Amino acid sequence: MGLTLSWLSIIILIPLAGLFLKSLELSPEQFWNILSSRRTLNALRVSFGLAFAAACVNLIMGSIIVWALVRYRFPGRRIFDAIVDVPFALPTAVAGVALTALFAEKGWLGAPLAALGIKVAFTPVGIFVAMIFIGIPFVVRTVQPVLQDLDPEIEEAAGSLGASRWQTIIRVILPSLAPALLTGLALAFARAVGEYGSVIFIAGNLPNVSEIAPLLIVIRLSEFRYADATAIAVVMLVVSFVVIFAVNRLQRWAQSRIPAH
Amino acid sequence: MELDMMRRIVPLAAGLLVSSLVASSALAADINLLNVSYDPTRELYAEFNKAFVNAYQKETGKSVEIKQSHGGSGSQARAVIDGLQADVVTLALAYDIDAIAGKGLTAADWQKRLPQNSSPYTSTIVFLVRKGNPKGIKDWDDLLKSGVAVITPNPKTSGGARWNYLAAWGFAQKKYGSADKAKDFIGKLYQQVPVLDTGARGATVTFVERGVGDVLLAWENEAFLALKEFGPEKFEIVAPPQSILAEPPVAIVDKVADKKGTRNAADAYLQYWYTKEGQEIAARNFYRPRDPVIAKKYENSFAKVELFTIDDVFGGWTKAQKEHFADGGVFDQIYKN
Repeated sequence: MGLTLSWLSIIILIPLAGLFLKSLELSPEQFWNILSSRRTLNALRVSFGLAFAAACVNLIMGSIIVWALVRYRFPGRRIFDAIVDVPFALPTAVAGVALTALFAEKGWLGAPLAALGIKVAFTPVGIFVAMIFIGIPFVVRTVQPVLQDLDPEIEEAAGSLGASRWQTIIRVILPSLAPALLTGLALAFARAVGEYGSVIFIAGNLPNVSEIAPLLIVIRLSEFRYADATAIAVVMLVVSFVVIFAVNRLQRWAQSRIPAH
Repeated sequence: MELDMMRRIVPLAAGLLVSSLVASSALAADINLLNVSYDPTRELYAEFNKAFVNAYQKETGKSVEIKQSHGGSGSQARAVIDGLQADVVTLALAYDIDAIAGKGLTAADWQKRLPQNSSPYTSTIVFLVRKGNPKGIKDWDDLLKSGVAVITPNPKTSGGARWNYLAAWGFAQKKYGSADKAKDFIGKLYQQVPVLDTGARGATVTFVERGVGDVLLAWENEAFLALKEFGPEKFEIVAPPQSILAEPPVAIVDKVADKKGTRNAADAYLQYWYTKEGQEIAARNFYRPRDPVIAKKYENSFAKVELFTIDDVFGGWTKAQKEHFADGGVFDQIYKN
């Protein structure tokens, strides 16, 4: 217990406290002015909005991937299983450069999309794509073990008691998976909000349009305005913490509703 | 027998120890210097360091080892302020060294300590366009033509981008006669910019490899490097009739050099830029040499551009920085609407 607490303090709490202290150099009014400026609000909206949208996509697509990986046996399954981890291991800047090359107007995917009038690289869509890429393993890796542990016999039992396939999914499988799904959602969201390396290359970085909050922090740092930078960082931290806390509560609530077996 | 072994082993071990000490002291340089620089000078300093190490050894008999650190100019300055033990800094703009001086790490009058504003080599801002110059870009106002996409990095995060911005501003102010009109020009110019990369190399990649945009605003030396790398059959350099004189400065970080006792070597290192060999190396790496003789020798490598300085048009870096790039400055204002 003592070890856990001291380790957590050194690694997480003290740096965070430093962040808060630095932001205290600002008067409440300055703090408010920084946060309520249109530039900051837009950057936060881009980061949080797109991160949430990307996490939702990952929740749905990730669940489908998990289902296929756990419930079906097909050639190359192990390879696909390993591929899921690639975004974890890849340096984020490499991911960013690769995605940008792919989706730029002359890229393999960018060219056909441009012909359809869809621009991905250097627009908010590009940010969204990068966030999906880096978030997918979080959903898959949290849901996968839970689904593996879920005995198919329960489904059979539900079926034999007259439940339709759809009812089985909604009333039996989904409630059991809900806590894991929510965790995956929260992790994918948190990662995408703070993501810098993979997003920065594909974003376009136009103020108010495709500028992410972490970039705004870097910009404030390059103006030697450390306190301003930490003010934005503190807001991101607080919002992320609230979201993760809320998801935790939801998760508990979902857990309590799992049918006992 | 044991004793016998010992007798044989001990001198052997001692000999090994001594010889390894000698060897390592022969390997370790007498003096270690850290040069904290910015991104597009990798190739330049690779060549310069080698030449300096030889020259210094010849002159003083002392060996020097130079370590090199590259990154965005502003973030490199921040690293030095935060404690990176740089003996010398060679950055993209005087403002970044001013920031270091502002923290008392180097003398406030650093820029007067070496000839020519402490900028031993200069450059300017030119246009890199696609082969054949399909959009017919010759001068700064051609950048505002409809349908022209301009690639330039973000002046907030890139030192090079600030030179681009100030070059355009200087042109507009001269041509249209007032700061208000220059602001209008800059506002329109940045509306033609689809991507703001965070650094100069990033912008070059966006233009050259991703194929985005019709014209790249670039340091002259970066444009030449891109041409050398990707071939003149793909791109060409257009030098506008007038542009800014970009003066990347160099300075000793007093606090560090004095603490480490490396001042003499650090001073010799920077002075070496002003020798014939130093100036040749700058010219070979597409930086404009200051030495009139070497400049004459390489005059055909560089386009004739009428160059204005930041002091002439903007009253120095500190003022330019405050007016244009600080929070709420002109650059922020043009993105307000």
